[in-house]
Amino acid sequence: MKQVVLEVEKTEPLADGVFKTVFRGDVSGVKSPGQFVNVKIRDLYLRRPISVCDLGEDALTLVYKVVGKGTEKLSESKCGDAFDMLTGLGNGYDLSRAGDKPLLIGGGVGVPPLYYLAKKLVERGASPFVALGFNRKADAFFVREFEEIGAKVAVATVDGSLGEKGFVTGVLPETYSYFYACGPEPMLKAVFTATKTEGELSFEERMGCGFGACMGCSCKTIAGNKRICKEGPVLKKGEILW
Amino acid sequence: MVAFDLTTELCGVTLDNPVIPASGTFGYGYEFAELYDINVLGTFSFKGTTLNERFGNPTPRIAECASGMLNAVGLQNPGVQKVVSEELPKLKKAFRKPVMANVSGFSVKEYVEVCRILDREPQVGWFEVNVSCPNVHGGGLSFGTDPCVAAEVTREVKKVTTKPVIIKLSPNVTDITEIARAVEGEGADAVSLINTLVGMRLDLRARKPILKNVTGGLSGPAVFPIALNMVYKTAKAVSIPVIGMGGVSTAEDVLEMTLAGAAAVEVGAANLVDPFACKKIIEDLPRAMEKYGIRSLNEIRGKA
Repeated sequence: MKQVVLEVEKTEPLADGVFKTVFRGDVSGVKSPGQFVNVKIRDLYLRRPISVCDLGEDALTLVYKVVGKGTEKLSESKCGDAFDMLTGLGNGYDLSRAGDKPLLIGGGVGVPPLYYLAKKLVERGASPFVALGFNRKADAFFVREFEEIGAKVAVATVDGSLGEKGFVTGVLPETYSYFYACGPEPMLKAVFTATKTEGELSFEERMGCGFGACMGCSCKTIAGNKRICKEGPVLKKGEILW
Repeated sequence: MVAFDLTTELCGVTLDNPVIPASGTFGYGYEFAELYDINVLGTFSFKGTTLNERFGNPTPRIAECASGMLNAVGLQNPGVQKVVSEELPKLKKAFRKPVMANVSGFSVKEYVEVCRILDREPQVGWFEVNVSCPNVHGGGLSFGTDPCVAAEVTREVKKVTTKPVIIKLSPNVTDITEIARAVEGEGADAVSLINTLVGMRLDLRARKPILKNVTGGLSGPAVFPIALNMVYKTAKAVSIPVIGMGGVSTAEDVLEMTLAGAAAVEVGAANLVDPFACKKIIEDLPRAMEKYGIRSLNEIRGKA
């Protein structure tokens, strides 16, 4: 974990209520895809945990949906605004288990961390298949971005306004070497049942500190109690207790 | 450079400074030791420990409010045996000063048993007996809200240890000084206050409480004035040391608590927002003291 102050380069809308903010500064605290940052927002007491969507040498991208005061203020941020952040939080995905044809499954605002993961997997020579699920076309984002880095992409929307009509579990490929998932809990449950290989799922929980001190986000697993913020947010399929 | 005296005495032990991370916000210390040398602290109060392992309450356990937060963690801890065999050895590597052992229980017998086991640990310098956790149904709350029961816990714990016993008091009572006097009467060596205040938040989308436990303990700057007043009143009501806590976030807050009569000051929620909070407060104390013409904490204690 590293405490840093990052400056906003730009904030722009991506989809209905979904924004992308690019920050500049010392991002060396982030070690792997699936990790998150905990952002201090002026006038709000607790920090806001948000998954890292993309990482450059001195750039960090967050993509988030406006769901409350914190994300609303973040979405109003402008070039030059400074944010105090704790970076490199959580365990992140284990890339070493991906194999040659990893499957990435994202739902709604669970999609962003999969982008940095897909980039890293491509760098390692893998050919990721990305299955994305949204409620409707207006909520969809990053379909082209995934294609541009060389991933194969399939999209499902609940109302059928983009891609296949239905849930993301309806557009999974026949074969894949391993899977990585991030999305709302009902989707993760469905993915847990629908997937045929081992894999990893990233969870969300209301957090106090985001770095393991308060025990606010604990969950029970086959491997004992874990803190979503510290031993998570990524859990192995085989250790999850629903 | 003028030297500022930050030292304070707590039940016969001199602390380098009065700043003590509060139980439940600092784990068993070693995780914060990865961020800074925690030996700069006066001491710290480790995670509330019970006889058996506890997972605590179902999640969500955390909610936010203006200038503060609610928690309903529910005393998650590995149980006293694992604390002794796994947590304390790691703590010892990171921290070389006496540590405050925070203890909770659901019966007088449990408090006694946990204290008896931890009494053998040389690094435990004080017991902080939590008779006030508001999160456990039928448990902590009743111990801290009834002067007779709080007194009984104090009396029984005192029988199994020669280490100083600090009773951590609940603010969720009509008169906190009454409880403080009751535990003082049974030999408590100090009291610490305040624990969190009971509160709740509702999720307007779900039309339900945010916390699965419905209620949680309010902490953070929102409670500081309440805490300060209770410390002020209690310090006048008892002759044992009072440890002040509740929303303390700055060096100025530490000075206010000291003026109100606090022998030492615990810092809780601030650690969760800024993991370096205690270190920053300690480093900032000389500046704040200089600003207000204070040379030593002892000269202003209880002078308000």
